[in-house]
Amino acid sequence: MLSIKNLHASVEGKEILKGINLEIKAGEVHAIMGPNGSGKSTLSQVLAGNEAFEVTEGEVTLNGENLLDLETEERAREGIFLAFQYPVEIPGVSNLQFLRTAVNAMRTHRGEPEMNAAEFMKLAKEVSKQVDLDPAFLKRGVNEGFSGGEKKRNEIMQALLLQPKLAILDETDSGLDIDALKVVSDGVNALRAKDRAILMVTHYQRLLNHIVPDYVHVLAGGRIIKSGGRELALELEERGYGWLGIKEDEAAAAN
Amino acid sequence: MKELIKREYEHGFVTEIETDTFEPGLNEDVIRRLSEIKQEPEFMLEWRLKAYRRWLEMDDPTWAHVDYPRVDYNAISYYSAPKKKEDMPQSLDDVDPELLRTYEKLGIPLHEREKLAGVAVDAVFDSVSIGTTFKEQLAEAGVIFCPISEAVQKYPELVEKYLGSVVPAGDNFFAALNSAVFSDGSFVYIPKGVRCPLELSTYFRINAANTGQFERTLIVADAGSYVSYLEGCTAPMRDENQLHAAVVELVALDDAQIKYSTVQNWYPGDEHGKGGIYNFVTKRGACQGRNSKISWTQVETGSAVTWKYPSCILKGDNSVGEFYSVALTHNYQQADTGTKMIHLGKNTTSTIISKGISAGRSSNAYRGLVKFQPGAENARNFTQCDSLLIGDRCGAHTFPYIESRNKSAIVEHEATTSKVSDEQMFLCRQRGIDPEQAVSMIVNGFCKEVFKELPMEFAVEAGKLLEVSLEGSVG
Repeated sequence: MLSIKNLHASVEGKEILKGINLEIKAGEVHAIMGPNGSGKSTLSQVLAGNEAFEVTEGEVTLNGENLLDLETEERAREGIFLAFQYPVEIPGVSNLQFLRTAVNAMRTHRGEPEMNAAEFMKLAKEVSKQVDLDPAFLKRGVNEGFSGGEKKRNEIMQALLLQPKLAILDETDSGLDIDALKVVSDGVNALRAKDRAILMVTHYQRLLNHIVPDYVHVLAGGRIIKSGGRELALELEERGYGWLGIKEDEAAAAN
Repeated sequence: MKELIKREYEHGFVTEIETDTFEPGLNEDVIRRLSEIKQEPEFMLEWRLKAYRRWLEMDDPTWAHVDYPRVDYNAISYYSAPKKKEDMPQSLDDVDPELLRTYEKLGIPLHEREKLAGVAVDAVFDSVSIGTTFKEQLAEAGVIFCPISEAVQKYPELVEKYLGSVVPAGDNFFAALNSAVFSDGSFVYIPKGVRCPLELSTYFRINAANTGQFERTLIVADAGSYVSYLEGCTAPMRDENQLHAAVVELVALDDAQIKYSTVQNWYPGDEHGKGGIYNFVTKRGACQGRNSKISWTQVETGSAVTWKYPSCILKGDNSVGEFYSVALTHNYQQADTGTKMIHLGKNTTSTIISKGISAGRSSNAYRGLVKFQPGAENARNFTQCDSLLIGDRCGAHTFPYIESRNKSAIVEHEATTSKVSDEQMFLCRQRGIDPEQAVSMIVNGFCKEVFKELPMEFAVEAGKLLEVSLEGSVG
């Protein structure tokens, strides 16, 4: 489904990704782990098309189509979804309006009729329950005054509504207490499907207890330095990143 | 029904006209001829002449944060008869396609498009009966709603009593000019205890196009009455007159309420700053009576240069003044707009919510005065001024003035400036939303507090209008 070959990317002239290679097939769940500053978040931003990052080399295809040629919104309509680590607030725009606009943009792209307000309300209420959010929050401004946990649950709710082909979850576990982590994980597990891939970016192993990945990759210094199965994450938890020849502080300092 | 009103109006007009258009230039003779054509009573002519003499002694105001070449007042013609049918476009095929495209985007009904574009159309028979119903409904309630030129003849005592009572003829340069040469406008009188059965909008929207560049509006709400008045139109108005100097006066007596909503979308000039209307307006309401209330809501997206401060004089005890404003500037537009709340009576309260949006290379200034006179015991004001910037070549300015001569007065002032951020845009686009739609959604969210003050139907149109006005502001 997603194929990344020798991807290099930089921000403000500084190279962050230094040759990423990764193949993800439909139905698979991949976890990318790594110390702070290793380039994990950059990878997710680049895939989603954040213009603050410049791709200097390499190629990325989604189902054979060149992803890098597409605008951010076109990538989204082709099925790329990014759950943000720090979702931004949009004051005055209700969550409901924002979500319906997004869902209808996708539907229009697929040639389906737009959903009216009543139809969408019904759907949104159902999905909000799935991530344990009070439907009243649909009327609030996008991420406006949301707690950290609410923001993350809101991101997962959006993934459930938009039904992407590839869901990229950027540090979705950060800042969550154990109960919220469970709710978010249940939401992500509900996303798992034969025709959908999930790419999880995380610093900690604990998320992977709830969402069990098929593959784990270690990213350091802008490259994937080790790949393995579920057991690799457990090993990382036990031994830290040091045994792979990287130190967190150094990696962070190097970036 | 719109047709009917328009037809009557033109009809009344045409019979009185002998000359088509005056030679450019302004002097006492011009004013006498104008007054004569309009068959005005003597007091009206005297009033105009007095205003003209005051105007001659005044200068263009220069304090506003706007920059435009001086207007040559002797190059303007001060009277022009309505266009003859054969001079108008004969069908929509003759109209600028760009204008038609905008009408389409705004969802303006087809039959309205023709009128807005100035197409010569005959009355639609269906609508005649609706118009009659409305007229009957208003007459039954005793509401007077007519062109001010007609009111001058039919209700001279009301006009003489209230015209200039809120905005005196010599109030400022543009008000003096307007008083001397005003072409036409609306007159509304709501009798005691009457709640006007209609929002005075539906047919006025189209009519407004023909009232000329020196429009004069007077609304009087007698004790215990209520009226909601909608001015303007969301469709872009093309107009050959570059200078517009209108005056609007509102009078609210004891327990009366006036809600005045405006959508202003005069031609703003092209994307290089060429052309466009100069909109120099004086709007003021007097809360004369106890417990009276005047509420201004405005959505301003048009005009090349805007100079406009809808204000309230809170004279009656416990009276309430409100000002809700959205002012959007794009390309090379300049706006200096805001309000004045003058507290005279006890326990008077005022609220100011101003939302300024700047895009392109435009300049958008809020200018407001909140004044408490010694008699304004326990008066209070709340002001919130928010500016939103789109891109990095535009400017937003806030000039709040507060003068308090009463120690019991309470003033609260909040101001913010924000940008449509890259992060917000990235979030929207990542969810599949078009950049232009995203900007429009973010801007609409920013304006929410003001839009909710607009009558429902207008609020929806205003949202669409922002979207159209912001076209080309991204990327």
